[in-house]
Amino acid sequence: MKKALLVLLVVLVCASVAFAGGNKEKAAEGNKVLRMLTWTGYAPQSQIDEFERLYGIKVEATPSSNEEMISKLIATGGSGFDLAQPSQDRIVSVVKSNGIYQPIDYSKINEDQLDPALVASTKKFTEYEGKIYAVPHVFGTSGLVVNKKYVKKNPKDLDYTDLLDPAYAGHVSYRCKRPILCAMGFAMGYDVWDLYNKPAEYQKMLDAVGAKLIEGKKVLKYYWENGDQLLQGMQSGEIWIAKGWEQGAWKLYKENPDIDYVAPKSGSMAFIDTFAIPAKSENVDGAYKWINFVLEPKNAAEFTNAEGYGTASKDAVKYYEPEAKANFERCFTPEVMANMNWYPTVPDGLESMEGKTLDKMRAAK
Amino acid sequence: MMTKSKRLSWGFFVFFIPVFLWLMLLIVLPHIELLRMSFARPAYLKQPGFTLSNYIEFFKEPIYWNTFFRTAMYSITVTMIVLIIGLPVAFYITKVASFKTRGFLTILILIPFWVSELIRVYGWTIILRESGIINHFMTKYGIWKQPIEMLYNDAAMIMGLVYTSILFMVVPIIGVMDSLDNSLIEAAYDLGAKKNVIWRQIIIPHCMPGIISGCIIVFMMVLGSYLTPNLMGGKNSMWFTEQIYNQFILYRNWNMGSAFGFLLLFMSSIIIWVALKLSGQSLKEVVK
Repeated sequence: MKKALLVLLVVLVCASVAFAGGNKEKAAEGNKVLRMLTWTGYAPQSQIDEFERLYGIKVEATPSSNEEMISKLIATGGSGFDLAQPSQDRIVSVVKSNGIYQPIDYSKINEDQLDPALVASTKKFTEYEGKIYAVPHVFGTSGLVVNKKYVKKNPKDLDYTDLLDPAYAGHVSYRCKRPILCAMGFAMGYDVWDLYNKPAEYQKMLDAVGAKLIEGKKVLKYYWENGDQLLQGMQSGEIWIAKGWEQGAWKLYKENPDIDYVAPKSGSMAFIDTFAIPAKSENVDGAYKWINFVLEPKNAAEFTNAEGYGTASKDAVKYYEPEAKANFERCFTPEVMANMNWYPTVPDGLESMEGKTLDKMRAAK
Repeated sequence: MMTKSKRLSWGFFVFFIPVFLWLMLLIVLPHIELLRMSFARPAYLKQPGFTLSNYIEFFKEPIYWNTFFRTAMYSITVTMIVLIIGLPVAFYITKVASFKTRGFLTILILIPFWVSELIRVYGWTIILRESGIINHFMTKYGIWKQPIEMLYNDAAMIMGLVYTSILFMVVPIIGVMDSLDNSLIEAAYDLGAKKNVIWRQIIIPHCMPGIISGCIIVFMMVLGSYLTPNLMGGKNSMWFTEQIYNQFILYRNWNMGSAFGFLLLFMSSIIIWVALKLSGQSLKEVVK
């Protein structure tokens, strides 16, 4: 009995040593693997395969969201992943408070293939203490997804406030997340970005916007939680008007031209999903290689053709399929582009304030 | 005698250390850190030190304790419904069904649980939604003039919760009901007892430990569930776990999130303690 237990103990100890050793080995050959926190669809399998063939680096892509990326990287102090794709407004505040990203060395980025305007705005939004923390990748907007069959109003006059119109009662949907607060703020005439750094006034705006959204809740069918839910809702005709991304709207347009993306009068809400390198990335080299690879015009165009979003790759337009090209020309006219509301960096504490308003909306009858 | 006690201590340590490490590293230590966080302010405010503000905020803001009580009340309701459905099912399986069908019936209850909870909940949404299966047939055969939205309300959510947790009530009850001697029921019949008397005075008292442990498992599961309320509950039904998730993940306020977590832990402990006292069971008996 005693012997058996001793053997068991020895085996356990050996096993744990072996496991620990195994982990170290894995870290040493870490530059064969690129662990990436990204969004669904941002790293197509075909490109992952191609990248591995070219550079011998295996890409492990974990689909995530802004909030999850931040939580995961804060929990580990910026380790566990080699590359992340946060939106441009979610970088500086966490760099300041937790230091989870490292500065980008732009000399390693192939800037010639990038759109200068997007690079400039990304640099502006992600600068902290003189250093830049991100490279632009995908840009997208959220505005209104409208089914013309039921919503007869002239698309040019539509605004976020139409989401509260009793005429569409039971056929409206939006997400219960911070964008709806900002968007409704703009539609109600506030200069939202200007209030970002004035907490007291921002709170007043939140109270007004929250009250309006709670009042309009009887019109709402549901707060959509994921993209599929919205697509299905629109497709089946259960939802007539919603706040959503152009990408989803264009998928629907392809099947049913009645449904399309409409840029609201007070401006679409625009974001840039970037590349940022976590502070304790174990494969910085591979990360730069992937950034340059994905933003090559052909690869970027392949992504746009499949997913609908535009990218920071300058010459990708040449490789767009006619359908993608038509989408951009139809929905993103120069006036619409000029009227976009690009999200600036979110200051600390803002999300807690918004959280309370969102909780009130969700709990309201 | 000497050697025996020595052997015991050896064996004790070999099996105790993994369990101890498991509990310590994965449960106790993180909880201590969370407890510390629940009494601190968010880091960006740069105001270190002890504070009760997270807990005070909870009591000051009606939406928080409203959701809190809603969650508790609905969890108790769901547990009761599961018990009312689960008791006869368990009785049929152990006492009425033949030995062969018994295994078959148990498997039938088990099979849905081989599929992930997410898929099962999505299954319900396909059936219940406005453009779903039921509405399709009802409008097709003219029983309803217009499709009715059956999803995204509290009733749908309760049904979903009952469905996802029923197994965890039936199995413990089957366990104890098995040990109930059939002759006791027969004797009661012989002596002229009515059905409800047999249930009240023989079956339920005998099954009490199983019922209570089933209730505890179901109650804890329902209280802590996130998926079902989120996907089936609709725009008004906020579950307290969603509040905790939102605080941690969306609003990045870990301090408030941990305070909420401890309030939930505290509430569930109290409810279970009260339930044990009311039913006259001891925790020792129930976990046996």
